[in-house]
Amino acid sequence: MTAHTTTRRTDIGGAFPGLRRRRRSRVEQLVEAFLFLSAAVGVLTTAGIVLVLATETAGFFALVSPIDYLTGTVWSASIQPYQFGVLPLITSTLLVAVIALVLAVPVGLLAAVYLAEYASDRVRNTIKPALETIAGIPTIVLGFFAINFLTPVILQPLVPGLGGFSALAAGVVVGLLITPLVASLSDDALRAVPRALREGAYAMGATRFEVSRKVVLPAALSGVMAAVILAMSRAVGETMAVVLAAGTNPNLTLDPRESVQTMTAFIVQISLGDTPQDSIQFKALFAVGATLFAITLGLNVLSNRIVARYRNVYR
Amino acid sequence: MRRRLAGTVFYAACIAAISLTLLALLLLLLDVLSRGLGHLDPDFLSGVPSRRPARAGIMPAILGSLYLGLIVAVVTFPIGVAAGIFLEEYTKDSFLNRLLRTNISNLAGVPSIIYGIFGLALFVRALNLGETLLAGALTLSLLILPVVIIATMEALRAVPASQREAAHALGATRWQAIKGAVLPAAAPGILTGIVLSMARAIGETAPLILIGAVTFVTYAPNPVEGGYTVLPIQIFQWASRPQAEFQEIAASAILVLLALMFALNALALFLRVRLSRHLQW
Amino acid sequence: MSAQAIAERAPSADSKAAPTRRTIQISTAGVARGPLDLADPGDVAVEMQDVSCCYGTFRAVRDINLTFARREVTALIGPSGCGKSTLLRSINRMNDLIPGARTEGRVLFDGQDVTGREVDAVDVRRRIGMVFQKPNPFPKSIYENVAFGPRINGYRGNMDELVEECLHRAALWNEVKDKLKQSGLSLSGGQQQRLCIARTIATSPEVILMDEPCSALDPRATLQIEELMRELSEQYTIVIVTHNMQQAARASDRTVFMTMGDDRSGYVVEVGPTNEIFTMPKQRLTEDYVSGRFG
Ligand SMILES: Nc1ncnc2c1ncn2[C@@H]1O[C@H](COP(=O)(O)OP(=O)(O)OP(=O)(O)O)[C@@H](O)[C@H]1O
Ligand SMILES: [Mg+2]
Repeated sequence: MTAHTTTRRTDIGGAFPGLRRRRRSRVEQLVEAFLFLSAAVGVLTTAGIVLVLATETAGFFALVSPIDYLTGTVWSASIQPYQFGVLPLITSTLLVAVIALVLAVPVGLLAAVYLAEYASDRVRNTIKPALETIAGIPTIVLGFFAINFLTPVILQPLVPGLGGFSALAAGVVVGLLITPLVASLSDDALRAVPRALREGAYAMGATRFEVSRKVVLPAALSGVMAAVILAMSRAVGETMAVVLAAGTNPNLTLDPRESVQTMTAFIVQISLGDTPQDSIQFKALFAVGATLFAITLGLNVLSNRIVARYRNVYR
Repeated sequence: MRRRLAGTVFYAACIAAISLTLLALLLLLLDVLSRGLGHLDPDFLSGVPSRRPARAGIMPAILGSLYLGLIVAVVTFPIGVAAGIFLEEYTKDSFLNRLLRTNISNLAGVPSIIYGIFGLALFVRALNLGETLLAGALTLSLLILPVVIIATMEALRAVPASQREAAHALGATRWQAIKGAVLPAAAPGILTGIVLSMARAIGETAPLILIGAVTFVTYAPNPVEGGYTVLPIQIFQWASRPQAEFQEIAASAILVLLALMFALNALALFLRVRLSRHLQW
Repeated sequence: MSAQAIAERAPSADSKAAPTRRTIQISTAGVARGPLDLADPGDVAVEMQDVSCCYGTFRAVRDINLTFARREVTALIGPSGCGKSTLLRSINRMNDLIPGARTEGRVLFDGQDVTGREVDAVDVRRRIGMVFQKPNPFPKSIYENVAFGPRINGYRGNMDELVEECLHRAALWNEVKDKLKQSGLSLSGGQQQRLCIARTIATSPEVILMDEPCSALDPRATLQIEELMRELSEQYTIVIVTHNMQQAARASDRTVFMTMGDDRSGYVVEVGPTNEIFTMPKQRLTEDYVSGRFG
């Protein structure tokens, strides 16, 4: 027992000759360098993506004028005469995305209101994960669902003249895919609305519906907007569900019953075939990729801006 | 009275919206089950693809998916966690840090097919890895990295400041505090995030199409050489064919894929509950 | 083990004399020694000279001149928000970890200024330990909690012995000796706090700062910690922040009373032996506060 009474101070690293001078150990420096480099991988990835898309697209624009590309209304990459007017791909993409949003925004928003304003914590904790399961399903599976069930069993009886591949089927299934995203992000926005605001309205005798509609939703509007824009970006970039459901027909049409080819579907089509890598079609793939990247990046940045703005409102 | 009615209608609409969405999920599962269960037997699981659907199997695809998930986890784990630590624990208010953070959140929103294009240019062509499983896995690693980084940052943020203070008060340097106190406390969250992103990687299809994962593969894949296939690609191939038999085995393959993802999700849940049992702050 | 037994194990006066130090003479020798006016400058563990602490543009405490005597318990009392924690954390440079926090003036530790940029804050913290308001053991085993500090500081002696000794000194050994492998978080609040104390003394600091160490504990656990503080003060210099007047009266040798001015920045009103502060304070403000007539 008494053995413990030694002054142990000298045991640790010898007697202390005053305070150490500030210095950073080698380990500390190496670790920080590694951490920084890892964090920089993200920036390198972004830079790499931009670089690859830019150089390859420049190669494409050496063969096809950017004006023709951006304003042309015929996309014919596999049948002579080749024509590379991107508008059909863009309208198809937007058509699918808009159909998806028309479904997902009301449904997702109502679900969010229910989760944020009505549901008890227990109900919420069961429903939210269930909704998020949908977001976790591989999109190829949703595509499979679209061609095997949604189109023949549900949509074709309802919509006369609907083919096996259609913008409508793609839109519906992408809508299903992004509903949880809209619901989850809107739910966050709704719950960020301060309690006091709600309580003020309740105190004046408002019903829960009135509070939701007149107080909470307007206050959360920008957050909901951000969610919708992000969901739109997701819909625009969606690939496999659309490839299977919408087909590969580069139509310039706004008729949802027709088969269309989105930007992503074109990229898949080219990379599936045995297109030579130095052909103009393959270069077109990069140009379409660049266009897609620009559109989704624009939407994401816009969404982030809105989120950053509304975060500040309640601080 | 009118006000009450409007409220009731609105409430009904909310319930309908949720029911509709969940109903769609249920229909999807039922449809896949009814189509796919019939083919789901040991021969299917251990067999190789065939031009005749009745004889086709998915062993190479299962192995390919498992290899892929493993490589992705091995690559993203160190880099993703390190990046998350840097962004959350170091120089938080600097311009550089803000730039890196914005970049990560924007990367998380880039469509997966764009990663495929980038992977094709970088790994397949520039680094000359060819259209191999490794190239595909590295491409998916880049895709998953932002997810892992964000999960790490969230897990680190959940560690109370008092833990860092405790370590610093004992004379820990910043890295010692992170390694000794913060990381162990954040480990359940980080591991859960990694497992979940593995599930995400295993379900990805589009980028791999660009990395050439469409070949008809009848052997166990070699990561660095030769063709490869993975479950979603196999599903895509079969689902693209008009014959009903191929749709059925596609459904069977979907069941395998969903089971794999479900297992990973269950593992993530288990890790979270198990490892954080003693972490009641 | 009884408290008495622990007291017996406490080192004798001879063995606890600190080893002589060669200090890097950053401080000028022979500075005025502040209000305590101790007989021997060697008895001063920490001396604060004109210390002010700011968070951004807000000055949380100003013009602090204090000395903390070696092997004494000094209590820091004052109304909430007057800057007690801030002052305490400026001593071992914990405030460095808060973005935007600045410390002006000098904090002399064994005669050497610890506030300088060229001084290693990590080393300062190892030698001036700290125990926090809310017990914050690591989510590791009890053993690993105590071994944490020595490990990171490269301790090469017998770790088992060290852990046992520190747990003994923190009066926790008997309660945990059979479950050293259990998580530190599985202990009760009072035990956790004693574990944190054991963890702090494992790095053999000379000064221990305690920021309301008992405010999250029940009265019984509080008394245990107070008793422990008394024993530890035979070897360590202790500075404790407390809102509990009885605690300050019971457990400390000296008391510092702080309050804050109209600009919300805190300052020291009065310093003195604890019994004087509580029985015959010189300042009206102190009297109001210790007699409970404050705010
Ligand atoms: N991290 C910080 N950033 C900005 N201001 C702070 C910070 N910490 C404390 N302050 C401010 O500094 C002043 C002193 O705070 P401090 O925590 O030191 O007071 P205290 O005396 O310990 O109070 P209490 O008795 O409640 O613990 C307060 O006005 C507080 O608001
Ligand atoms: Mg305090």
